[in-house]
Amino acid sequence: MRKMGIGIVALASTAALLAGCSGGGSTAKPAESETAIDATGVTLTIWTDENRKPAIEAAAKTFEEETGATIKLVQKNFDDIRNDFINQVPTGSGPDITIGAHDWLGALVSAGVVSTIDLGDKTDSFEKVALEAMTYDGQLYALPYSLETVALIQNTDLVGEDAPTTWDDMIAKGKASGAERPFVIQTAGQTGDAYTMYPFQTSFGAPVFVQDDSGSYTNQVGMGGDKGVAFAKWLGDNGKKGTGIISTTVDYDTNNELFAAGKAAYTVAGPWAIDALTAKGVKVKVNPVPSAGGETASPFVGVQGFYISSQSKNQLVAQEFLTNYLATYDAQKALYDADPRIPAWTDLANDVASDPNTAGFLAQTKVAVPMPSIPEMGSVWDLWNAAQVQIINGADPTSTWNKMVSDLEKAIS
Amino acid sequence: MTSSPDATKTRPGPRSTRSDRAPGESHARRWDGFGWGFLVKLVLMALVNAMGIMAAFEAFQVRSWVIFGVAVALLIVADVIYFTKKALPLKYLLPGLSFLLVFQIFIFGYTAYIAFTNYGTGHVGSQEQAVQAALSQGERRVEGSPTYQLSVVERGDELGFAINDDGTIKVGAEDLPLQVEPGAVASGKSAPTEVPGWTVVSRQSLISDQSLQKQVVALRVPISDDPNDGSIRTLDGLSGAVYKSTMTWDAASQTITDTATGTVYHSTASGTFQADDGTTLPTGWVVNVGFDNFTRLFTDASMAKPLAMVTLWTFAFAILSVLLPFALGLLFAIIYNDPRVRGRKLMRTLFILPYAFPAFMSALLFRGMFNSEFGVINQFFFFGANIDWLGDPWLARGAVLFVNVWLTYPYYFLVCTGALQSLPGDVLEAASIDGAGRWRQMRSLILPLVLVSTAPLLISSFAFSFNNFTIIYMFNNGGPAIPGAPYALGATDILISAIWDISGVSGGAADYGLASALSIIVFIVVGAIAAFAFRQTRRLEEFQ
Repeated sequence: MRKMGIGIVALASTAALLAGCSGGGSTAKPAESETAIDATGVTLTIWTDENRKPAIEAAAKTFEEETGATIKLVQKNFDDIRNDFINQVPTGSGPDITIGAHDWLGALVSAGVVSTIDLGDKTDSFEKVALEAMTYDGQLYALPYSLETVALIQNTDLVGEDAPTTWDDMIAKGKASGAERPFVIQTAGQTGDAYTMYPFQTSFGAPVFVQDDSGSYTNQVGMGGDKGVAFAKWLGDNGKKGTGIISTTVDYDTNNELFAAGKAAYTVAGPWAIDALTAKGVKVKVNPVPSAGGETASPFVGVQGFYISSQSKNQLVAQEFLTNYLATYDAQKALYDADPRIPAWTDLANDVASDPNTAGFLAQTKVAVPMPSIPEMGSVWDLWNAAQVQIINGADPTSTWNKMVSDLEKAIS
Repeated sequence: MTSSPDATKTRPGPRSTRSDRAPGESHARRWDGFGWGFLVKLVLMALVNAMGIMAAFEAFQVRSWVIFGVAVALLIVADVIYFTKKALPLKYLLPGLSFLLVFQIFIFGYTAYIAFTNYGTGHVGSQEQAVQAALSQGERRVEGSPTYQLSVVERGDELGFAINDDGTIKVGAEDLPLQVEPGAVASGKSAPTEVPGWTVVSRQSLISDQSLQKQVVALRVPISDDPNDGSIRTLDGLSGAVYKSTMTWDAASQTITDTATGTVYHSTASGTFQADDGTTLPTGWVVNVGFDNFTRLFTDASMAKPLAMVTLWTFAFAILSVLLPFALGLLFAIIYNDPRVRGRKLMRTLFILPYAFPAFMSALLFRGMFNSEFGVINQFFFFGANIDWLGDPWLARGAVLFVNVWLTYPYYFLVCTGALQSLPGDVLEAASIDGAGRWRQMRSLILPLVLVSTAPLLISSFAFSFNNFTIIYMFNNGGPAIPGAPYALGATDILISAIWDISGVSGGAADYGLASALSIIVFIVVGAIAAFAFRQTRRLEEFQ
């Protein structure tokens, strides 16, 4: 029904046509043909979270100086933005622009609260996977700015820098290192965390939704069948009744604590956890997640970016701000400095790859897949997380997993 | 008081102004002498009026007529009450009544209204907005269309675009397909600066005029006589590209047609555009669905069973959360009320501690302590046994109840200590002279007398426990999940945390309509039980 990615082909081919004349454009300033606009008296409201606020402030200042417009930054809790945006835009009291994650896209489109955007010749400056994630049903809806994904993080004092080739290899090396635990992974306690577990699931060839030939998601559940069951069995084998390597007693903080104290050789975590993981001086190397089921382990990649409200009264100014003031190397650099996530701006991503941790996560994004953004994903998470927790806690893998898949098919039909 | 008018009059004796005013006139009406009371009232009423007018004005601007009406009515009522001599009691009641109206009745009414709609994921706006969304989502950039530098041009009231197609300038408007305009001026590939017959709209006037912006964003200039070739559209007013819309809206038949596939989407009563084969467009709108949300709670098979479990557990949790801590608190109160116990004051202070600690922090601490692998409870009290307190449904229920008892028994300890200390000593003495044993005294005198003063507190505690979201959410987030239950409903979820999950506030799919319907049921249940229980406590008063 809904396919992402077709539009990407269109956009990419457009971009390819234009690539010749635009000449990279990584430091593009406001369109050369135009002197800066005079937008005195126009107020743009932008919702942001605390971390990104200083960076947006910098871009906003340039914009204000050059155009005379006023930018009002409203700081909100990132987790609140999605619902507040959906609820406030239709009443006319929402912002013109908001920061947001790509997996909200389905819900935002269903609510009809976001405008399509056109990056024109800036398109080819962004990582493909980032644009792909911000595309829904063939339309681009947001200016992407960062990518994030989980990867394997290893304690180099215990197991060196070499990436393990498979799950078994990793566990063997972890055990040989003498660490208390060869590997830890968090399950968000009893809630379950299918997100962090996803690379292992994809290594069994059981993606959450089936991807078609062009790589776009269909709404056909891909976790069922033998491959999904194989993953479920693996989960059970390493759960409470098996090796006990994966345990629901480990939540996010416990995971960080165990790794930071040197009690675990390997963990799977995102860049946001690096500070906590290295808080006690553990030296780390970021590597791709090893395969447990034989196929490539592909984690989800999450993309963050800027959406424009469909009810904005300043559509043109908002578009102008995004495409000419935020889609620049300098603005993207400022965003990176304020909150170091892997940049979606390709040149910048290559520049910051000098940091080995960033390089490690960047390498992992190359084999990552975008998180599906269909609105039903909400019910998917609930059932999926719960089933994983039950299997880890010792429930029968095959029947639990198959029931979850059939419940899921019912829920999204 | 040198600035007082009295001082200048140099008349001795009591303040003469007092005798001038009518007997019984209030300070707030007094407008002679110093007139402080009236001035204070005037300032306060000026503030109230300013805020009221502002609220009414804002409501008027967004055409929210109900709020506008209520704001104006409240304002008039307030002015009449405080500036006339009549309605004296209302002067005291009005602030409370208006807050009740705004913060209780309005919210309850709005919840009730939402309960009869399908408000939730995919249904948040009006039908008009849904149509708008479908049309804009159905409009695609034509594959391979280059980006043209573009100027917005006008001719009288007519708006148009002038584009630079690789050095050739073309002009067009909504009803005027693009035509080559050889007389136009543009340098290289940049936007045209002069177009004969048209005035180029400066970027400045475009940016500063919101209604013009709206028209420009809505403007489509066909690139040829055949509308199927697509039209030029701009998103930023600087550049344009060829877009084709595949969706058309027919207001008369209330249908949206996808011209690319020929699919017709009909507007349905449930607030979606649906095709004959059952596929729907992503954006729906809010409609009144009658009692659907209420019937769904009882008839939806996947929902009914988990909700029944949640409801039973809610009652069990609420009742046990009152009885157990009350019993424990009473026990300790009796023990520490005995004069033979030493250091009673110190012990009583220590007993208050769990109550003085913020509940959500205690819940988080206990969550860690109950962790089966790392928690101290298993390590210290169960010799390192691997008891899965948080993963097993019954153990998790027991654990959350234990935590709640720990948090609330000091409250009952306090209340019961107070009640015990105010027991009439002569009655107890008479009982013991009459030969009543300890147990008999306890059963026939102490317990009933304590209950007289504590029963209303027990009832309100029941209502509080019934909606004790904090501890459920903080301790185990309602988990462990009930297998196959929607919205991640869990074994320790009570109705209020189930409402939280269903409403989708925490992310995921949201269904405000269903959550509101459930809220109303919870309100009715708690209200009915409280009313019944208060009626019953009157019987206890016979003991007084």
